[in-house]
Amino acid sequence: MLRGEFDRSLNDLQNGLMELGRMVERAIIKSMDALERRDLTASFEVVQEDEQIDQLRYKLEETSIDLIATQQPLASDLRNLVAVLQIAVELERMGDYAEGIGKIGLIIGEEPLLEPFEGMRQMGNYGVDMLKRSLGAWVERDLDAARQVWADDDRVDALYHGVCRDLFNRMAQEPQTIQRATHLLWAAHDLERIADRATNIAEKVEFLVSGASGQH
Amino acid sequence: MQDLENILQTEDLCVYYGTKRVVTEVTLAIPRNRITAIIGPSGCGKSTLLRCFNRMNELIPTATTTGKVFFRGEDLYADDVDPAEIRFQIGMVFQRPNPFPKSIYENVAFGPKINGFKGNMDELVEASLHRAALWEEVKDRLHASALGLSGGQQQRLCIARTLAVEPQVILMDEPCSALDPIATLAIEEVMRELAEEYSIVIVTHNMQQAARVSDYTAFMMTEENSIGLLAEYGESRQIFTNPQDERTEAYITGRFG
Repeated sequence: MLRGEFDRSLNDLQNGLMELGRMVERAIIKSMDALERRDLTASFEVVQEDEQIDQLRYKLEETSIDLIATQQPLASDLRNLVAVLQIAVELERMGDYAEGIGKIGLIIGEEPLLEPFEGMRQMGNYGVDMLKRSLGAWVERDLDAARQVWADDDRVDALYHGVCRDLFNRMAQEPQTIQRATHLLWAAHDLERIADRATNIAEKVEFLVSGASGQH
Repeated sequence: MQDLENILQTEDLCVYYGTKRVVTEVTLAIPRNRITAIIGPSGCGKSTLLRCFNRMNELIPTATTTGKVFFRGEDLYADDVDPAEIRFQIGMVFQRPNPFPKSIYENVAFGPKINGFKGNMDELVEASLHRAALWEEVKDRLHASALGLSGGQQQRLCIARTLAVEPQVILMDEPCSALDPIATLAIEEVMRELAEEYSIVIVTHNMQQAARVSDYTAFMMTEENSIGLLAEYGESRQIFTNPQDERTEAYITGRFG
């Protein structure tokens, strides 16, 4: 394969990764929307659609491994392909968290949602925003933008602690809400992990640009 | 002064063929008991640099050298240094296997005989063939012609021949370019074992080979007005995963060269 064709393959791979990112983004938004609106059909669809996310992850992995085997990439090409493999896993796991929120929607079933939901809504919005910005930083190879993403993780952590505190208080005061509140704790945990995974993607930008692979 | 870490060092080394400069101001240190690879596009001066390390360039009538080369801290080009003696201490293996048209045994024994070796020649031949990982394949036909061996075996015989005169450094000029992948891997395995006792410098066009086998890598290149520049030199792991010089990056990812 000539360099031009290799570049086209890398470009196709990146486009595939972006498509995976958009699928995950839609899944997170849909799962949170379905949970809030108590839309069981939509929750069920999120669970069903996770299979498509998994399949695209495997396809991207297969393409990456083919390119490693046939191109024996070095330097930034090697770091790029290693990072694609890692980001595909991060995205697929974020999809799993959306699926998890979808399942929680189904478990809560016909019960009304516990209010206030604002903290969780904000966590979801932050997670989606961090996901979009981490992938944007990846495409642009923009280290400053990537650093902003991992700085924002602290905000999600703060929101998460606030949500947990509120739900614990609610459980203490109204024991009949314990079951629903526990389910929401799980969903909040999923949201917190989504932000962590977005942070991991942002770290891959640093790995690609500078070769560093430290923890932040 | 003897440098314990580095077996060979160059300082502002330039080589000219006639008036044409083909190695330009190269300063680098070759560490002891390590494998150092020299990579770069064709015509970038890497084989010429390699030949400076055992004064082989002197065999080319128009070649002149400026700057310094130190071997174990001593000036390799000093008046009292005998180039023929140096070539025993700093042996060389070439691109194409070049065994003498003699028996396997005589190929290995040839250098020691010239050197006036007084010890047990059979033991020396066996030990040298062992070190080159060839003994098991040839022990029953030591007196058969070396030309009957496969290309990979011939190249390992050439390594054994180099080892027989107990060198300190082994220079290898694209030693696997005429070999198939299996024979190549056999040579690479021998190199890794030899690096425990010898210092090895290898010129290779095969970047995967440099990445697999070497501890350090020097990237040489040519710019508009300068041939044979050292662009980057460092640990191979770093050169092949995260080179610091964008010219190295461009070369090893196939964007030029």
